[in-house]
Order: sequence, then structure tokens, then C-alpha cells
Amino acid sequence: MSALDESRLHSDPGIDAHRQPGGARSGDGAPAAAGATPLQREHATTIFQKGAPGRRAFTCPALDVPAVDSGKLLPERFRRAEPPRLPEVSEPEIVRHYVGLSKRNFDLDSGFYPLGSCTMKHNPRLHERAAALSGHARLHPLQDPERAQGALELMWNLQAALAEIAGLPHVSLQPSAGSHGELAGVLLTRAYHEDRGQTRHKVLTPDTSHGTNPATVTMAGLEVVKLATNESGGIDIEDLKAKADEDVACLMLTNPNTLGIFDENILQIAEIVHGVGATLYYDGANLNAVMGISRPGDMGFDIVHFNLHKSFTQPHGGGGPGSGPIAVSERIAPFLPVPVVERSDDGPGGAPTFDLDHGRGRVGSKSIGRVRGFHGNYGCFVRAYAYIRSLGGDGLLDASQNAVLNANYLLARLKRKGVAEQLPLAYGELCMHEFVLSGGPMKRALKIKTLDLAKRLLDHGFHPPTVYFPLLVDEALMVEPTETETRETLDAFAEAVAEILREAAADPEIAANAPYTTPVRRLDEVTAAKRPVIRQAM
Amino acid sequence: MTQASYPPDLLYHAEHDWARIDADDPAIATLGITWYAQDALGEVVFFEPPAVGTVLAKDAPYAEVESVKAVSDVVAPLSGEIVEVNQGLAENPATINEDPYGEGWLVKVRLADPSERDSLLDADSYKATLGG
Repeated sequence: MSALDESRLHSDPGIDAHRQPGGARSGDGAPAAAGATPLQREHATTIFQKGAPGRRAFTCPALDVPAVDSGKLLPERFRRAEPPRLPEVSEPEIVRHYVGLSKRNFDLDSGFYPLGSCTMKHNPRLHERAAALSGHARLHPLQDPERAQGALELMWNLQAALAEIAGLPHVSLQPSAGSHGELAGVLLTRAYHEDRGQTRHKVLTPDTSHGTNPATVTMAGLEVVKLATNESGGIDIEDLKAKADEDVACLMLTNPNTLGIFDENILQIAEIVHGVGATLYYDGANLNAVMGISRPGDMGFDIVHFNLHKSFTQPHGGGGPGSGPIAVSERIAPFLPVPVVERSDDGPGGAPTFDLDHGRGRVGSKSIGRVRGFHGNYGCFVRAYAYIRSLGGDGLLDASQNAVLNANYLLARLKRKGVAEQLPLAYGELCMHEFVLSGGPMKRALKIKTLDLAKRLLDHGFHPPTVYFPLLVDEALMVEPTETETRETLDAFAEAVAEILREAAADPEIAANAPYTTPVRRLDEVTAAKRPVIRQAM
Repeated sequence: MTQASYPPDLLYHAEHDWARIDADDPAIATLGITWYAQDALGEVVFFEPPAVGTVLAKDAPYAEVESVKAVSDVVAPLSGEIVEVNQGLAENPATINEDPYGEGWLVKVRLADPSERDSLLDADSYKATLGG
């Protein structure tokens, strides 16, 4: 890299990766720059800041066909005046750039990632192979359905499998994320009520709900009404009875909820909600606890979304792509988005054929229409289908049982002396697939916050659990180990938490200034929230 | 302000709000959030005050406060109509952390029913609700 490049790099504080937090917030007792790790010393750059004019990773061979005046192929007004500014780099530079960036990241392939409600389970490599098969990966979304029969069959089979898991008969694979599935679900609810000549305005969500639930309700143009939580961590039935009226369109519920507690009153809740003519929506983010054990449809839910990227293994956590199919009951089915995959047995000899049914989108149809372009994130479908087929029904049950067992094992390990007094379980005694501890006692006794504990865990090689959620728990720490972690890993995590608490008892400043070993030290969250650098000059 | 403090001259709501009844005009009250609330929220990065003239209903949310952790509702301890908002918070929302009972006040309201104050807590009763 030339001296010129070097100086340009350093003059831009917006991309200075190891900039320490400024002012009084830092209280930085950490190793000075001289003691910084190589990744901390190295400034993260964009690919545009690398390379030199004229440098290329690939050179086109000489033209061996007659040249044509490009002005005849494309009208002048559509042609650029000058070439786009692209990075001018060699292939080794490209490789090192992206490998270098990946090393600055913490990922599931590097270590334990117990991020509560995110289900960061192992992504089997077999699924990646299946998704990368050219028949899947290179299939064009506008391919004639006649020539995409295999893909449509896979989608139809996945719809059937998800319907079975949810206990609800009809599925749309379209939504691209859990939140998108929620929005589709609430729009379906609205369409259902409007079809009956009713305009309902309110949607009930418990105060433990995922933040996407109230956000979805607002986006769908409805009003959020919060429900209180009872002493055992479930819905306060009296509060529900008081708020359930004829203006309620829907109750959105996660079961088990974000406290990792299965609401045993679910049948009574369903009865109350259905009693006022409202629908019951199941947020499937926590489905990993109950696959093959209990089905939302059997609990009385009308609409369910799945997070294929959580429960059914997909690389996620980096912004996607996700996949949030929905399953619905008979009464909601007429409103499903289009197109859906349909099967007919009209092939030669009665063989099945598959087609995309756009019919629901025609005039007079009750469908809410499309919720995205094309047919959903197909690569996610392949991985989810590979997961479901390779595990089978028994395997899914086993996965959920082990997810619950692992969470309870880790919880038991954290109930030891020296930890439980500082980080007590917020609700209940046992948990489902995740549990929520309160760092309140730790904050008061040891003078370190849940955020400090989380940051210090990074120095132990663990991704922190979810922090400060759900909001009703003081200094919440939400841990979801998933079924794919070993006992040794769970033991090591519990030991790291105990060690951090012992260390804080001796010197809280160590955790307060953590992390020390990561590529980027403690971030200035206030500046990140108020003055984010979201543009990079090119 | 790093030490917990709950001034005895304020009235408190269990949802972590305070009200200061104006000494000269008992129909006017200043509202804000408590030390506990700002401590639990962490550093406040955004406060969008409702407009002057907005009507507040006791126990219902009337504004949102955003911290590095979360966006939270601010609940009205008393009913009334907003007559003034703290404009300084738009530029320096962290004032709510630094001085929750002084410069970090949120709004002033003309009370709809001054007798509602009887349902609020004194400092000791509020502190008792906070537990350990």
C-alpha cells in the first residue's frame, strides 16, 4: 500500500476501527495502543480504499468477434458518460480484504453464540451443499413452471411439512423474514375481519413480546394494547379478560414466550380471544422449543409464522436472507398471499405436477395479494427442507427436547453459589429452550452491569447472550444455548460467567472496560445511535 | 447523577414518573422520569416531546424516550393538557440522565383534575416499590 493510501485511510475517523470511545464514557483502563492486538491496530477499510488505478483481478481476452457500435445496441440517452467507479484491485487483494473482514466478525463457526430468541444453532454443511446444487442455485425465478418442477415439488413438500409441524392446513412460503411473516399475518387478520364486515382496531401483545410484534401492529395500521405478565411469567388472565373486547382483532403470542416459559393457560387464552371473535397469532420465533411436541394449531392458533432461518437451520444474524413462511387455519386460508404452489395428479399415468397458482389474485379473490416479488427466499427453502427430511419427525422432536435439556442444564450450572445470588432466574424454576436471568443484584452488589458482563464474555471467546430484553426484567440476560452445543461448551460458558463475577468482586473496572481482545473495543453506543456513519464516500 | 435520589417534595407514579405541583399555581405540574427510570434506561439518546396542547390521560403513555437499550413509553402520572415542553432535550437528551428532577424535566401540564394527585405516591412509598 502506498504512503498516499495510508494517509488517506487515517484521515477518515468514520472508518477508524479501533477508535476508543471518547470523553468521560470510556474510563479507559485498557491496554494502550502499544498493547493492542494486530486486528485492533489495523484500520478497517472499504474495498474502494484499496488497489491502484489500472490494477485488475481479471483481464478480458481480446475480442474475437466483429465489433459492433454499441450506440446501435443501446440508445445514447441510456448510456453512461463515464465508466462506473469500481475498485481496481488484484485478486489476492480481494481475497485478503474479505477474509480480513470476516476475521473481524464473531460467528457461529468461531464459537458459542447463545443469543436468546435468535436460535443460533449449527448449520449443517450438507444443507449448504444441497442449496448450492446448480439446479437450485442457478434456477431463474421467472423459469417456466413446467421446467421448474423439481423446485416446485420441493416447495410443495416444504409447505406440507410446515403445515404438519404447525398443525394448520394452509401455508404461504412468501414472507422473507419473521417480521415479514408477522406483517402478512396481521394483514390476513385484518382482511378476515373486513370480509365479515368488521373493522377492528386493537391488537393485544404481552409485555414480554418480541419487539417486532408491536412494530408489526403499527405498520399494519392497528393499535397496540399491552397485556401484563403474571407471577409465573405467563399472560395475566384477568388483564386479558379486561382488555379482550369486540374491537380486538388479534392476540399475538409467543409460546414459549421470551422468558422461556410455556404458558400453560394457552387453551383458556384461546377461548377468551376466540370468544370475542378475534384471531390468535403465533410468533414462531421460539418454535425450537416445541417442534414435534406441541402444535400451535392444536393450541387454538389461527396464524403461525416460522423463522426458517432460526428453527430450521440457515446461516443468519448478518442481515439475511431470512425466510418467514406462514401457516393458517381454514377460516384464514381464503386470504393467503399469492402465488401458492399447487399439486395436481394430472401428469402421465397420474404422476403429480406442480404449478404456481395465481388464481387467488384474480378479481373477486379474497387474497391480500403478493407480499413480495417472486416466490420467497428459495435457498432457505432448500436448507429447511433438507433439515426436515434429514431429521424426520422423530429427529425434530429430538432437536427440541435437546434444546430444552441444554437450556435447563446451563441454567442449573448457573444456579451455583457465587452466580445465582448475582444473576437469579427472573421467572419460574425451569425453562424451555431459553431462560432470562436478572443482572439487577449483580449491578447493585458488584457494580457491573449486564452490558459489562456481556462485553467481558467476548474476551472469553463467547458471543454474549441477548441483553436488556425482555424489558420487564431488570438488567435482563437472555440465554439460548440451542441443541447443537456440547456439554463441554455449556460448562465452559458457565465457568466463564462465574469467573467474570469473581473478577468483578475484586475489581469491577476490568469488566467495565471490556472487551480487550476483540478487533474493536467498547463502542460508543450513544454516538452510534445519534450520529451513525451510514454513508461511505466512493 | 450517579447516586439514587428521590426528592421528598415530589409526587411519584409507580411507572417511574414524578410530578412537581407548581408552588404558585396548584393547577400546573411539571412532569419527568425518576432516577430509577433513567438508570434502568441507560443513556438517553432521543426524546420527542408531544406538542403543546396535547391532552394527557393519567396512567396512559404520552411520549417515548429512547436510550441505548430500548424505546420506552413515558406514562402520565396525572391528566391534563401540555402547556410547555422542555425544548432543550431535543439537542441534549442526556440531560434526563444528568439531572432527572431539574433540567431534565419533560413537560408542564395544566391539570384536568388536581385531586388526582391524591393517588400518587410520596418518595418513601415510591422507593418501597423499587424493592432491593
